Amino acid sequence: MKHLLSSLIAGTVFGVGLALSGMLDPNKVLNFLDFSGHWDPSLALVMAGALVVSFIAFRVIPKRVTPVFEDTFRLPTRSDISIRLCVGSAIFGIGWGLVGYCPGPAISVLGIGSGDIFIFTASMLAGFLIYHFTMEKKGS
Amino acid sequence: MENFTPYTAFSGGILIGLSVTIMLFFNGRITGVSGIIAGLLAPKTGEWLWRLIFLIGMISGSTLFVYLYPETFTPRAGFPTPLLVIGGLLVGFGTRLGNGCTSGHGICGIARLSLRSIVATVIFMLSGAVTVFITRHIMTTGAFL
Repeated sequence: MKHLLSSLIAGTVFGVGLALSGMLDPNKVLNFLDFSGHWDPSLALVMAGALVVSFIAFRVIPKRVTPVFEDTFRLPTRSDISIRLCVGSAIFGIGWGLVGYCPGPAISVLGIGSGDIFIFTASMLAGFLIYHFTMEKKGS
Repeated sequence: MENFTPYTAFSGGILIGLSVTIMLFFNGRITGVSGIIAGLLAPKTGEWLWRLIFLIGMISGSTLFVYLYPETFTPRAGFPTPLLVIGGLLVGFGTRLGNGCTSGHGICGIARLSLRSIVATVIFMLSGAVTVFITRHIMTTGAFL
Protein backbone atom coordinates (compact mmCIF):
# COMPACT_ATOMS: atom_id res chain seq x y z
CA MET A 1 0.00 0.00 0.00
CA LYS A 2 3.02 2.30 0.28
CA HIS A 3 2.78 2.99 -3.45
CA LEU A 4 -0.53 4.76 -2.75
CA LEU A 5 1.24 7.20 -0.44
CA SER A 6 3.84 8.03 -3.08
CA SER A 7 1.03 8.46 -5.65
CA LEU A 8 -0.71 10.90 -3.33
CA ILE A 9 2.48 12.89 -2.72
CA ALA A 10 3.40 12.93 -6.42
CA GLY A 11 -0.11 14.04 -7.40
CA THR A 12 -0.12 16.78 -4.77
CA VAL A 13 3.29 18.10 -5.84
CA PHE A 14 2.10 18.06 -9.46
CA GLY A 15 -1.03 20.02 -8.51
CA VAL A 16 0.96 22.61 -6.54
CA GLY A 17 3.40 22.89 -9.45
CA LEU A 18 0.62 23.55 -11.95
CA ALA A 19 -0.95 26.18 -9.68
CA LEU A 20 2.38 27.92 -8.97
CA SER A 21 3.30 27.93 -12.65
CA GLY A 22 0.07 29.68 -13.65
CA MET A 23 -0.96 26.80 -15.91
CA LEU A 24 -4.38 26.50 -14.27
CA ASP A 25 -5.33 29.59 -16.28
CA PRO A 26 -6.37 28.48 -19.77
CA ASN A 27 -5.83 31.99 -21.13
CA LYS A 28 -2.16 31.76 -20.17
CA VAL A 29 -1.91 28.53 -22.15
CA LEU A 30 -3.71 30.08 -25.14
CA ASN A 31 -1.38 33.10 -24.97
CA PHE A 32 1.55 30.69 -25.24
CA LEU A 33 0.07 29.16 -28.38
CA ASP A 34 -0.65 32.61 -29.83
CA PHE A 35 2.63 33.43 -31.53
CA SER A 36 1.21 36.27 -33.60
CA GLY A 37 -0.63 37.97 -30.74
CA HIS A 38 0.20 38.56 -27.09
CA TRP A 39 2.76 35.78 -26.84
CA ASP A 40 3.45 34.57 -23.29
CA PRO A 41 6.43 32.17 -23.20
CA SER A 42 5.68 31.00 -19.62
CA LEU A 43 4.57 27.51 -20.68
CA ALA A 44 7.96 26.93 -22.30
CA LEU A 45 9.63 27.71 -18.96
CA VAL A 46 7.30 25.33 -17.14
CA MET A 47 8.38 22.60 -19.53
CA ALA A 48 12.02 23.60 -19.18
CA GLY A 49 11.86 23.37 -15.39
CA ALA A 50 10.07 20.02 -15.53
CA LEU A 51 12.49 18.67 -18.15
CA VAL A 52 15.64 19.63 -16.23
CA VAL A 53 14.53 17.51 -13.28
CA SER A 54 12.88 14.69 -15.27
CA PHE A 55 15.83 14.32 -17.62
CA ILE A 56 18.15 13.57 -14.71
CA ALA A 57 15.55 11.27 -13.11
CA PHE A 58 15.23 9.16 -16.27
CA ARG A 59 19.02 8.88 -16.59
CA VAL A 60 19.59 7.79 -13.00
CA ILE A 61 16.55 5.99 -11.55
CA PRO A 62 15.96 3.21 -14.15
CA LYS A 63 19.48 1.94 -13.36
CA ARG A 64 17.94 0.51 -10.20
CA VAL A 65 16.70 -3.10 -10.37
CA THR A 66 13.21 -2.13 -9.18
CA PRO A 67 11.36 0.97 -8.03
CA VAL A 68 11.10 1.36 -4.25
CA PHE A 69 7.45 0.35 -3.77
CA GLU A 70 6.74 -1.80 -6.86
CA ASP A 71 8.31 -4.96 -8.22
CA THR A 72 9.10 -3.63 -11.68
CA PHE A 73 9.46 -0.48 -13.80
CA ARG A 74 6.58 0.00 -16.24
CA LEU A 75 8.00 2.36 -18.84
CA PRO A 76 6.89 2.78 -22.48
CA THR A 77 8.78 0.61 -24.95
CA ARG A 78 7.27 1.66 -28.27
CA SER A 79 9.36 3.69 -30.69
CA ASP A 80 7.27 3.62 -33.88
CA ILE A 81 6.08 6.90 -35.40
CA SER A 82 2.60 5.69 -36.33
CA ILE A 83 -0.28 7.38 -38.14
CA ARG A 84 -2.30 7.03 -34.91
CA LEU A 85 0.37 8.90 -32.95
CA CYS A 86 0.44 11.78 -35.43
CA VAL A 87 -3.33 12.07 -36.05
CA GLY A 88 -4.11 11.68 -32.34
CA SER A 89 -1.62 14.39 -31.36
CA ALA A 90 -3.00 16.72 -34.05
CA ILE A 91 -6.57 16.18 -32.77
CA PHE A 92 -5.44 16.77 -29.17
CA GLY A 93 -3.71 20.01 -30.24
CA ILE A 94 -6.90 21.31 -31.88
CA GLY A 95 -8.93 20.70 -28.71
CA TRP A 96 -6.17 22.23 -26.57
CA GLY A 97 -6.01 25.29 -28.82
CA LEU A 98 -9.80 25.73 -28.82
CA VAL A 99 -10.19 25.78 -25.04
CA GLY A 100 -6.75 26.04 -23.38
CA TYR A 101 -7.06 22.96 -21.15
CA CYS A 102 -4.98 19.82 -21.38
CA PRO A 103 -5.80 16.87 -19.07
CA GLY A 104 -3.53 17.84 -16.11
CA PRO A 105 -4.84 21.37 -15.51
CA ALA A 106 -8.41 20.25 -16.33
CA ILE A 107 -8.32 17.76 -13.45
CA SER A 108 -6.36 20.02 -11.07
CA VAL A 109 -8.78 22.91 -11.37
CA LEU A 110 -11.87 20.79 -10.56
CA GLY A 111 -11.83 21.95 -6.91
CA ILE A 112 -11.66 25.67 -7.67
CA GLY A 113 -12.82 26.34 -11.22
CA SER A 114 -16.13 27.64 -12.52
CA GLY A 115 -18.82 25.46 -14.07
CA ASP A 116 -16.84 25.56 -17.31
CA ILE A 117 -14.42 22.96 -16.09
CA PHE A 118 -17.07 20.35 -15.34
CA ILE A 119 -18.42 20.63 -18.89
CA PHE A 120 -14.92 20.33 -20.31
CA THR A 121 -13.84 17.44 -18.10
CA ALA A 122 -17.08 15.48 -18.68
CA SER A 123 -16.57 15.93 -22.44
CA MET A 124 -12.94 14.81 -22.15
CA LEU A 125 -14.04 11.65 -20.31
CA ALA A 126 -16.61 11.08 -23.06
CA GLY A 127 -13.76 11.42 -25.57
CA PHE A 128 -11.79 8.73 -23.69
CA LEU A 129 -14.81 6.42 -23.76
CA ILE A 130 -15.51 7.05 -27.45
CA TYR A 131 -11.91 6.05 -28.16
CA HIS A 132 -12.22 3.02 -25.89
CA PHE A 133 -15.33 1.70 -27.64
CA THR A 134 -14.43 2.55 -31.23
CA MET A 135 -10.65 2.44 -31.66
CA GLU A 136 -9.09 0.36 -28.90
CA LYS A 137 -7.23 -2.63 -30.28
CA LYS A 138 -8.45 -5.89 -28.80
CA GLY A 139 -6.00 -7.58 -26.48
CA SER A 140 -3.66 -4.62 -26.19
CA MET B 1 4.93 39.54 -24.45
CA GLU B 2 1.96 39.65 -22.13
CA ASN B 3 2.03 38.71 -18.45
CA PHE B 4 5.23 36.69 -18.80
CA THR B 5 5.95 35.06 -15.41
CA PRO B 6 9.32 33.35 -15.82
CA TYR B 7 10.18 32.67 -12.16
CA THR B 8 6.92 31.11 -11.02
CA ALA B 9 6.66 29.24 -14.33
CA PHE B 10 10.12 27.71 -13.99
CA SER B 11 9.64 26.95 -10.26
CA GLY B 12 6.29 25.29 -10.95
CA GLY B 13 7.97 23.29 -13.69
CA ILE B 14 10.63 22.10 -11.21
CA LEU B 15 7.83 20.83 -8.93
CA ILE B 16 6.21 18.98 -11.84
CA GLY B 17 9.60 17.42 -12.58
CA LEU B 18 9.84 16.44 -8.91
CA SER B 19 6.43 14.76 -9.16
CA VAL B 20 7.66 12.82 -12.22
CA THR B 21 10.74 11.81 -10.21
CA ILE B 22 8.66 10.56 -7.26
CA MET B 23 6.44 8.45 -9.54
CA LEU B 24 9.48 6.97 -11.28
CA PHE B 25 11.54 6.32 -8.15
CA PHE B 26 8.82 4.87 -5.91
CA ASN B 27 6.23 3.51 -8.39
CA GLY B 28 8.34 2.88 -11.51
CA ARG B 29 5.87 4.68 -13.72
CA ILE B 30 5.53 7.46 -16.25
CA THR B 31 3.53 10.48 -15.07
CA GLY B 32 1.12 10.82 -17.99
CA VAL B 33 -2.09 12.41 -16.81
CA SER B 34 -4.30 11.40 -19.77
CA GLY B 35 -3.18 7.79 -19.36
CA ILE B 36 -3.72 7.89 -15.60
CA ILE B 37 -7.30 9.13 -16.07
CA ALA B 38 -8.08 6.75 -18.95
CA GLY B 39 -6.92 3.79 -16.83
CA LEU B 40 -9.70 4.64 -14.38
CA LEU B 41 -12.33 4.14 -17.06
CA ALA B 42 -11.12 0.69 -18.15
CA PRO B 43 -9.82 -0.69 -14.86
CA LYS B 44 -7.50 -3.66 -14.54
CA THR B 45 -6.72 -5.39 -11.21
CA GLY B 46 -4.40 -3.29 -9.04
CA GLU B 47 -4.47 -0.49 -11.58
CA TRP B 48 -7.26 1.59 -10.16
CA LEU B 49 -6.64 3.02 -6.70
CA TRP B 50 -3.22 4.59 -7.26
CA ARG B 51 -4.61 6.46 -10.27
CA LEU B 52 -7.58 7.82 -8.33
CA ILE B 53 -5.30 8.83 -5.45
CA PHE B 54 -2.85 10.58 -7.79
CA LEU B 55 -5.72 12.62 -9.28
CA ILE B 56 -7.10 13.44 -5.82
CA GLY B 57 -3.59 14.65 -4.97
CA MET B 58 -3.56 16.91 -8.05
CA ILE B 59 -6.90 18.45 -7.12
CA SER B 60 -5.81 18.85 -3.47
CA GLY B 61 -2.46 20.41 -4.35
CA SER B 62 -3.94 22.98 -6.71
CA THR B 63 -6.86 23.75 -4.42
CA LEU B 64 -4.58 24.17 -1.40
CA PHE B 65 -2.25 26.49 -3.31
CA VAL B 66 -5.09 28.69 -4.54
CA TYR B 67 -6.62 28.68 -1.04
CA LEU B 68 -3.32 30.00 0.37
CA TYR B 69 -2.68 32.42 -2.52
CA PRO B 70 -6.14 33.37 -3.82
CA GLU B 71 -4.80 36.29 -5.83
CA THR B 72 -2.97 33.88 -8.16
CA PHE B 73 -6.09 32.40 -9.73
CA THR B 74 -9.34 33.65 -11.24
CA PRO B 75 -11.66 31.00 -12.70
CA ARG B 76 -12.60 31.58 -16.31
CA ALA B 77 -16.35 31.94 -16.74
CA GLY B 78 -18.61 32.57 -19.70
CA PHE B 79 -16.58 30.55 -22.18
CA PRO B 80 -18.89 29.24 -24.96
CA THR B 81 -20.31 25.85 -23.93
CA PRO B 82 -20.20 24.32 -27.45
CA LEU B 83 -16.47 25.02 -27.57
CA LEU B 84 -15.95 23.40 -24.14
CA VAL B 85 -17.77 20.28 -25.34
CA ILE B 86 -15.98 20.05 -28.69
CA GLY B 87 -12.60 20.83 -27.11
CA GLY B 88 -13.12 18.23 -24.37
CA LEU B 89 -14.09 15.52 -26.85
CA LEU B 90 -11.07 16.30 -29.05
CA VAL B 91 -8.65 16.37 -26.09
CA GLY B 92 -10.04 13.07 -24.75
CA PHE B 93 -10.11 11.21 -28.05
CA GLY B 94 -6.87 12.70 -29.38
CA THR B 95 -4.77 11.96 -26.31
CA ARG B 96 -5.87 8.30 -26.36
CA LEU B 97 -5.29 7.88 -30.09
CA GLY B 98 -1.89 9.57 -29.74
CA ASN B 99 -1.08 7.74 -26.45
CA GLY B 100 -0.29 10.82 -24.43
CA CYS B 101 -0.63 14.49 -23.62
CA THR B 102 1.50 17.38 -22.40
CA SER B 103 2.78 15.44 -19.37
CA GLY B 104 3.29 11.96 -20.84
CA HIS B 105 4.78 12.99 -24.19
CA GLY B 106 5.77 16.61 -23.54
CA ILE B 107 7.61 16.03 -20.26
CA CYS B 108 8.26 12.32 -19.59
CA GLY B 109 8.71 11.35 -23.25
CA ILE B 110 11.05 14.20 -24.10
CA ALA B 111 13.00 13.59 -20.87
CA ARG B 112 13.43 9.97 -22.00
CA LEU B 113 14.53 11.27 -25.43
CA SER B 114 11.76 9.23 -27.07
CA LEU B 115 11.51 10.20 -30.74
CA ARG B 116 7.82 9.21 -30.65
CA SER B 117 7.13 11.72 -27.91
CA ILE B 118 9.19 14.46 -29.53
CA VAL B 119 7.18 14.04 -32.76
CA ALA B 120 3.89 13.99 -30.81
CA THR B 121 4.81 17.14 -28.87
CA VAL B 122 5.82 19.06 -32.00
CA ILE B 123 2.53 18.05 -33.67
CA PHE B 124 0.21 19.01 -30.80
CA MET B 125 2.04 22.30 -30.21
CA LEU B 126 1.76 23.15 -33.92
CA SER B 127 -1.89 22.14 -34.27
CA GLY B 128 -2.67 24.06 -31.07
CA ALA B 129 -0.92 27.16 -32.40
CA VAL B 130 -2.69 26.91 -35.78
CA THR B 131 -6.04 26.53 -33.98
CA VAL B 132 -5.39 29.61 -31.84
CA PHE B 133 -4.30 31.55 -34.91
CA ILE B 134 -7.57 30.67 -36.67
CA THR B 135 -9.86 31.37 -33.70
CA ARG B 136 -8.13 34.56 -32.53
CA HIS B 137 -6.92 36.11 -35.76
CA ILE B 138 -8.93 34.75 -38.67
CA MET B 139 -12.35 34.58 -37.02
CA THR B 140 -13.47 35.87 -33.68
CA THR B 141 -15.10 33.41 -31.32
CA GLY B 142 -18.39 35.32 -31.52
CA ALA B 143 -18.58 35.13 -35.31
CA PHE B 144 -17.51 31.50 -35.23
CA LEU B 145 -20.55 30.49 -33.16
